[in-house]
Amino acid sequence: MTTRPNIRQIDLASTSLRDLNAALQGAAEGSDDAWTIVNPRGRHAIAVGMTNPVEVTIAGHAGYYAAGMNQRAIVTIDGNAGPGVAENMMSGRVHVKGNASMAAGATGHGGLLVIDGDAGARCGISMKGIDIVVRGSVGHMSGFMAQSGNLVVCGDAGEALGDSLYEARVFVRGTVKSLGADCEKKEMTVADRDLLQSLLERAGMSDVPVGAFTLYGSARRLYHFHVDNASAY
Amino acid sequence: MTSDSKNIPRTQPRFSATFDRGTISEIQRAAATGIYDIRGGGTKRKLPHFDDLLFLGASVSRYPLEGYRERCDTDVVLGTRFAKKPIVLKTPVTIAGMSFGALSAQAKEALGRGASAVGTSTTTGDGGMTPEERGHSATLVYQYLPSRYGMNPDDLRRADAIEIVVGQGAKPGGGGMLLGQKISARVAKMRDLPEGIDQRSACRHPDWTGPDDLEIKIEELREITNWEKPIYVKVGASRPYYDVSLAVKSGADVVVLDGMQGGTAATQEVFIEHVGLPILAAIRPAVQALQDLGLHRKVQLIVSGGIRTGADMAKALALGADAVAIGTAALIALGDNSPDLADEYAKLGTVPGAYDDWQDGRDPAGITTQDPVLAARLDPVLGGRRIANYLSVMTMEAQAIARACGKSHLHNLEPEDMVALTMEAAAMTRIPLAGTEWYPGKGGF
Repeated sequence: MTTRPNIRQIDLASTSLRDLNAALQGAAEGSDDAWTIVNPRGRHAIAVGMTNPVEVTIAGHAGYYAAGMNQRAIVTIDGNAGPGVAENMMSGRVHVKGNASMAAGATGHGGLLVIDGDAGARCGISMKGIDIVVRGSVGHMSGFMAQSGNLVVCGDAGEALGDSLYEARVFVRGTVKSLGADCEKKEMTVADRDLLQSLLERAGMSDVPVGAFTLYGSARRLYHFHVDNASAY
Repeated sequence: MTSDSKNIPRTQPRFSATFDRGTISEIQRAAATGIYDIRGGGTKRKLPHFDDLLFLGASVSRYPLEGYRERCDTDVVLGTRFAKKPIVLKTPVTIAGMSFGALSAQAKEALGRGASAVGTSTTTGDGGMTPEERGHSATLVYQYLPSRYGMNPDDLRRADAIEIVVGQGAKPGGGGMLLGQKISARVAKMRDLPEGIDQRSACRHPDWTGPDDLEIKIEELREITNWEKPIYVKVGASRPYYDVSLAVKSGADVVVLDGMQGGTAATQEVFIEHVGLPILAAIRPAVQALQDLGLHRKVQLIVSGGIRTGADMAKALALGADAVAIGTAALIALGDNSPDLADEYAKLGTVPGAYDDWQDGRDPAGITTQDPVLAARLDPVLGGRRIANYLSVMTMEAQAIARACGKSHLHNLEPEDMVALTMEAAAMTRIPLAGTEWYPGKGGF
């Protein structure tokens, strides 16, 4: 629930997407406004390209790229999210209360993406600094080519987790169906555990015990091509 | 009579056409190293090209325009379909996407200076936008690539147009590659990568696949940029009719079509030489797709890959393109493969005219390198002047041809102004073979 005084409601059944996004993108710096978008009906590109720390609640399901390229805004999706939710997020926070489709948080540079349900395939693909916390499970190829940032999966991970991983960290509490090329189990240090604890707290998941997680990272065998590793490509 | 063994002719060494010297050395190199050959540039094989077309010029049946006296305009507007702010170029030749990382900061600056001086655009590359290139490019096209290295919404909004890169001519279906020796601290930081690693970037976009998704992606980009920026879709020439049709269906304002002569900073030789179409074969089907959709000249077509001269530009426009882009030619204009560097090329085991190790960062011309000492050899102001000179020459050459054909604008050039010199060129372009009114396939096979 927002604590902000001015709640403004936009009905996507009677407002064009352009007018909605223009209003959100034009929200004044330092504004106390909070926005609620009703009747989203799976519309694509809702609340994209925001630059100010406004609060936005999407009351229902969102289509592709909800909160795409977010900067500083706090977005809650009170439903499911389509592919590429919070793609390339730079900062701020996006919270999906339902499930998220594939490529959640793709290429994100910063900010926090929280998914209360499950996420589909390629969650955190090519992530570049974003933190992603998923209470449920993630699909195959999650963390593919993930460069930096943290992916926390409280449930299970599908096939080829962390394939061709760079320096991102992947924490998984449940089972991992298989690891992708160049992804390996890492020793969890005290610093890693503290980081995980703080990520769970920031995601509102302090109830999830840290102890059962396993950390995965890059084996760095593919950083320089060698013919003996060719079968990994 | 006994034979005199001294007078019997010896069998001369005979080289195989199949196993020629280059092939033999490549097999030997592969066996010794266990890695495919990687190089820069585009295909080096001989291909049907613009040289296989000629303009007819004016005569009794057509009258020409006076050189230097009667106008032959060259401007082009890109992005008229949906963008609120289409871009206007004074000449229809632009600088193709080349990354900071592949090129030095000095080279990027020089390209920006030169293009801006003659009123045309430059393009970023797989590595993000540098402040230098934004600062020195009056019109800058921002590439949106599968890797999304350095991709951020502030730069997106700072750009004058956005180019969604699906592929490039040197490697349709391939991703980026930048070897460790060029991943300097600054390049690594911009790409969020560890310094010095071999970077092989993705070939597919991370958050969309196929034309239906692309349509949604384009909508998102437009929503983020207030529907102001022209959105280009760049494809490598492979199935141009369908690729152009689908790019248009997805909502592109501009389609960029890059033939296999188009250069790359670093790609496997086998990929460069064996995948994709020469640009000559790709333009007609691309134009046909636009015509079939009723959108020729409404969705603009930029073609690239082996454009060298004003004649190439004029021929591409006459085939129906709206503009051309240059990459390799611009690097040559900056000083790549200069005879002045013969001694330095010799140390690298090559000669001026053949240097293509753009991937390894030791470019003596200071262009395809991140070595600060080498890069400092390139004076961006002088380089910018050379680029401006070259672009001006290309434009004047194209105007000379257009006037000779009686055209008051480069876009008035048309297929009817040309003939083909070879059966292959005639078949690919449907321009009649010189001296005939026929091209292969006309009237059915």
